Amino acid sequence: MLELRNIQTYYGNIQALKNVSLTINEGEIVTLIGANGAGKSTTLMSICGVNPPRHGEILFRGQPVHRLSAEAIVTLGICQVPEGRHIFPQMSVLENLEMGAYLRNDKTGIKADIEQVFGRFPILEKRRNQAGGTLSGGEQQMLAISRALLARPSLLLLDEPSLGLAPLIIKQIFEIIKQINAENNTTVFLVEQNANQALKIAHRGYVMENGAITLEDKAENLLSNEEVKKAYLGM
Amino acid sequence: MDFEYLFQLLCGGLVKGSIYALIALGYTMVYGIIQLINFAHGEVYMIGAFVALIISGVATLSGYSGLSVLIVAAVVAAIYAAAYGFTLEKIAYRPLRGAPRLSPLISAIGASIFLMNYVQLAQTPDFLPFPELVPEFEFMEPLLQYVSSVDMVILVMTALTMVALTVLIKYTKIGKAMRATQQDQVMARLVGINVDRVISATFVIGSVLAAIGGVLIASRTGQINSAIGFMAGIKAFTAAVLGGIGNIPGAVLGGLVLGVAETLGAGYISSAYEDVFAFGLLVLILILRPAGLLGKAVKQKV
Repeated sequence: MLELRNIQTYYGNIQALKNVSLTINEGEIVTLIGANGAGKSTTLMSICGVNPPRHGEILFRGQPVHRLSAEAIVTLGICQVPEGRHIFPQMSVLENLEMGAYLRNDKTGIKADIEQVFGRFPILEKRRNQAGGTLSGGEQQMLAISRALLARPSLLLLDEPSLGLAPLIIKQIFEIIKQINAENNTTVFLVEQNANQALKIAHRGYVMENGAITLEDKAENLLSNEEVKKAYLGM
Repeated sequence: MDFEYLFQLLCGGLVKGSIYALIALGYTMVYGIIQLINFAHGEVYMIGAFVALIISGVATLSGYSGLSVLIVAAVVAAIYAAAYGFTLEKIAYRPLRGAPRLSPLISAIGASIFLMNYVQLAQTPDFLPFPELVPEFEFMEPLLQYVSSVDMVILVMTALTMVALTVLIKYTKIGKAMRATQQDQVMARLVGINVDRVISATFVIGSVLAAIGGVLIASRTGQINSAIGFMAGIKAFTAAVLGGIGNIPGAVLGGLVLGVAETLGAGYISSAYEDVFAFGLLVLILILRPAGLLGKAVKQKV
């Protein structure tokens, strides 16, 4: 579904990604794990066209997308929940959700999708008119994921969804990700520092170090890989 | 204490302040989205007044006059100014996107000087009389000692404009996109908002407001020249800072406070020190509330 071929991305003169190649198949949950600053978020921003790669190719369903604008990439069905959630702080919960559907024009469909979100997260319905910036971290993460779903993505990119959340909420968030993958048949690309949890729900995983992919395997194999255990699972 | 005099001053101050507010909105909206002080904004206001002068001049010569001419002139001026605002952003600011913050600021000052001199060359450096387009309304008779008909028209038109702006920003798609871009530009791009288009729209809307302000004030003062944009721009910028730059209700409040303060100072102390009161107030408020009257950051959980 999505294929990165030797992409190289820079911040000014600093190279953040060095020949990154990876593949995500339809219906999978693929995780990308690695330390702080390894280039995980940059990989997502490159896919989304916010910080496009200087060299290399990104193919989505066989078509090159690395020269497209961020807007066009969302239209194709690739949506990102960025690290730190990026809720529009002064907009209400409802408005935040509506912004997720910015490129859609089917009013009734949007309304139905918002109702579905409220069904899944009653707390968001309770806070529908509250400013997004006043929600708790867990609520913001639910809102951020819901907002991305309102674009009806076929590929959902999640950047550190567990960051800064309490263990109980983290469990809930990973449950939700599994649900989204199973129920909506949404392909998920999950970037995580919480490697243990991420590998438990993922089908396959990649390990990133210093802007390059160093390992690729099935998730259960990575979980039992000695190096991964030592470096990322704290065992 | 003479309450009648005070009331007169307050009304005059509100009229003046509402014009400041109209122009200040353009400064604050642009700043909110790209953190740039668009110093050429005052010139867009001046150009709006000039276009209205030309339109109403032609209309008057052809035998038309009255409020309808003023409205037509304002509409044409708004369209013209919108084109200027749009082009200004494309030429003077867009190429400098991502450059250090000082560069677009210098470009803004350059654009301001260019536009002022361009109008001076193309038209004239002298003051031109602006036709009286607002008739004396009969129903204004009992109020006439406080507000003139022109002032009434100014107050009503600014109020209508601000209602329209509020609706636009709160409920329309482009308005929501503007707010989203202001609050989080990266996320705005991630939900598919074309940020370039939003920035253009912001310049267009700000320019329309400035042009309406220009037409209204010109019909009140009765004369304009190519330099009126400078002082009006500085005052409106002051109003925007006073209210908290980047904050839309703040710009309106700042404009009104500034207008009233100026008029009260001029009325009770000396009209020679009008500008001193305006800028003195700015200094005072920046000492007491450095973020401006309404410019407080909403607390955000991270």
